[in-house]
Amino acid sequence: MNNTLLCGVGGQGTVLASRLIAFAAMEKGENVRTSETIGMSQRGGCVVSHVRSGKDIASPMLPKGSADVIIAFEPAEAVRNISYLKKGGTVVVNKKAVKPVTASLTGSDYDGSEALEYLKANAADLRIIDGDDICRKCGSTKVLNIALLAAAAKSGALGMTVEELKSAVIKRIPERFHEINLKAIELA
Amino acid sequence: MSQRFLMGNEAIALGALHAGVNVVSGYPGTPSTEILETIAKNNKDSSVYVEWSVNEKAALEVGAGAAYSGARSLVTMKQVGLNVASDPLMSLAYVGVKGGMVIVSADDPGPISSQTEQDTRHFAQFAKLPVFDPSSPEEAYEMIQDAFELSEKYGTPVLFRPTTRVCHGCANVEVRDSFEPHKAEGFVKDTMRWVIFPRTSYLNHCRIEKRDPQLGEEFSIYRFNKLSGSGRKGIATQGISYAYTCEALDGAGSECRLLRIATPNPFPEKLALEFLEGLDEVVCIEELDPVIERELIFICGRHNLNVKIHGKLDGTVQPAGENTVESVKDVLSKFLDIKYETEEYPAVPELPVRPPVLCAGCPHRASFYAVKQAVKGRKAVFSGDIGCYTLGNAQPLDMVDTCLCMGADVTIAQGIHRVEPDTLNFSFIGDSTFFASGITGVINAVYNQTDILLIVLDNSTTAMTGHQPHPGTGVTMMGEVCNAVSIEKILGAVGCTYVRTVDPLDLSAAESAVREAADMKGVRAIIMKSPCIAVCKPQELYSVDAGKCINCKKCIRELGCPAIVLSEGRPAIESSLCYGCGVCAQVCPAGAIGR
Ligand code: SF4
Ligand code: SF4
Repeated sequence: MNNTLLCGVGGQGTVLASRLIAFAAMEKGENVRTSETIGMSQRGGCVVSHVRSGKDIASPMLPKGSADVIIAFEPAEAVRNISYLKKGGTVVVNKKAVKPVTASLTGSDYDGSEALEYLKANAADLRIIDGDDICRKCGSTKVLNIALLAAAAKSGALGMTVEELKSAVIKRIPERFHEINLKAIELA
Repeated sequence: MSQRFLMGNEAIALGALHAGVNVVSGYPGTPSTEILETIAKNNKDSSVYVEWSVNEKAALEVGAGAAYSGARSLVTMKQVGLNVASDPLMSLAYVGVKGGMVIVSADDPGPISSQTEQDTRHFAQFAKLPVFDPSSPEEAYEMIQDAFELSEKYGTPVLFRPTTRVCHGCANVEVRDSFEPHKAEGFVKDTMRWVIFPRTSYLNHCRIEKRDPQLGEEFSIYRFNKLSGSGRKGIATQGISYAYTCEALDGAGSECRLLRIATPNPFPEKLALEFLEGLDEVVCIEELDPVIERELIFICGRHNLNVKIHGKLDGTVQPAGENTVESVKDVLSKFLDIKYETEEYPAVPELPVRPPVLCAGCPHRASFYAVKQAVKGRKAVFSGDIGCYTLGNAQPLDMVDTCLCMGADVTIAQGIHRVEPDTLNFSFIGDSTFFASGITGVINAVYNQTDILLIVLDNSTTAMTGHQPHPGTGVTMMGEVCNAVSIEKILGAVGCTYVRTVDPLDLSAAESAVREAADMKGVRAIIMKSPCIAVCKPQELYSVDAGKCINCKKCIRELGCPAIVLSEGRPAIESSLCYGCGVCAQVCPAGAIGR
């Protein structure tokens, strides 16, 4: 059984990432359950996708303390969901903080650094990804989700190899986006 | 058969197609929307008729007419939509149907995207209708087909009640590869049957009271009502809570009896008796109201059983909000004396709160800002409504003073006007909501000579639920282009004293229209027309010229566009978010924002 939790801010592309993991697991003949945030939160709120694969899965939502890997598109969101991480689990986190509108309004100085420090102290296996840099090199902000998935695959905690990820990208994403996504996988 | 990865809503849709559904109608509402959209997507040969109706009442009546004619019909909505459709529902329960008719009403524990945590199972009891309550996408796929069969067998509409985590959960589901629509006989005239009269209603009522216990018997052997386990303690559960319960019991090594209820009305009493036999105590784990709990207490009373029933009524389970694996574990750890190991993490640092906000470039932001500027310093109340624009309540706009239910902005404003005639009473309504239930309110205001200012936020789509077409868009779910219904003509025709259409992204034009209307009497209407950013291409982006910016922060303080951020204490525009609406450039006093 593999448990993955993806989290981020509405609009960052967590849903496609969770679908790719699910497809790859199904290709291997496993059962899959996922759960998504759909609705008002998609307008800039916190979003979470739960993905579970294996033989017998009852709940589509992960129990707390059961995630093999948390793939966070934003540092604070990784911390917000840390209670899902199992002992010794992996956290893949995008370095860049997304400031909420409220931060600009109140002049609060949230920049993600405190969240990253917390993760360094509390995640057994932490991989910080410079998503901005990878996106720049690929020439598209849309590859962030694939880059983070690739980093998770490389960590070995995703229950999916880099090769399986590549084949999922080729099968499930329109051809014109293959090149940049495969490049993002290499760079991650 | 083949394995497909399906969202619960997609599974419901495919199940309905495989049951031969002919006519599908509904009104968008989270978490139900994807059901009808999936039907439309899988309807390449147009063999099924699919429509977004103007509201749930219309949808249910369209479905009823089709079912009178022997067709199989599916009607979809969210739980509060069933309130709108309750008038035809209650009567239809008496009249009955010929073709199978299933009404999906998706409940939203939490609530995550709803006004209430109402429980559709009560509606089933109230209307005396059978109801199905699936706990996973694969069950939903099977159950909806059972629901159609039952409906046709008993000639009654059937309710189907998934909850958010079933609707929006995905799983690999084994589905049939092709489907064929059912052959409908057509409408056969029969006044005694299709015309509701007090006399026939009495007879129908008698028939229903006789039928429902039979249905309860049938449900006692229904394949998805399950009884398992052994011991002197029992758990009764349903829906997604059943999945959480299985998760919590997995590996806990605790002995107990488990009852899972998939058809809460008419209640499978025989099966429940079997479950209760020899038990000392039961805990009920369900969403949302204690429906199973009350049924079990009732059965214990009726049969003189000495079994203690715990749940929401005695405080064993939390009374509101959604269940989770953790909340279930919490209950079971006490009830069954299970020790769960938990992973403890040190206290987390303060995290940024992220309330949902209007998107960058959203034309609603401009509309709210224009109205706010136009009536600055005057006494005004802003009644809002259901849709993306409810988010106009957030700082710094703060332009939604009331929000109740679909269409209520127009009529709440009228009530406030009766108490405060000297206040400018604004009502904000979206285009889809206007068609759904705003028009009657406007006519009410005109007829009763009420002074209100109606602002129609027309973004040419139903945005909140994922951009569905509506009567003003000129396209249908069958992919046909039709005449768009004109909001402006409707408002003129019913007698509004002032009707103008303006582009809110032109702030000064929008402001002057509001100022002009504010000093008039009667029902004044301004249509703020500009498409939702999700249905149009982004314009050339804007940026802040640091040389010209005087760092007054007016753009941040007054607009709240998520694309404008503070970077080292100065405003900057995040290019990946900006949509190029140009509103901030019109707000900046220093002319520092440009393309
Ligand atoms: S132009 Fe200004 S207000 Fe409009 S989306 Fe861009 S930053 Fe936001
Ligand atoms: S409103 Fe204009 S001058 Fe004021 S902070 Fe914003 S960009 Fe700078």
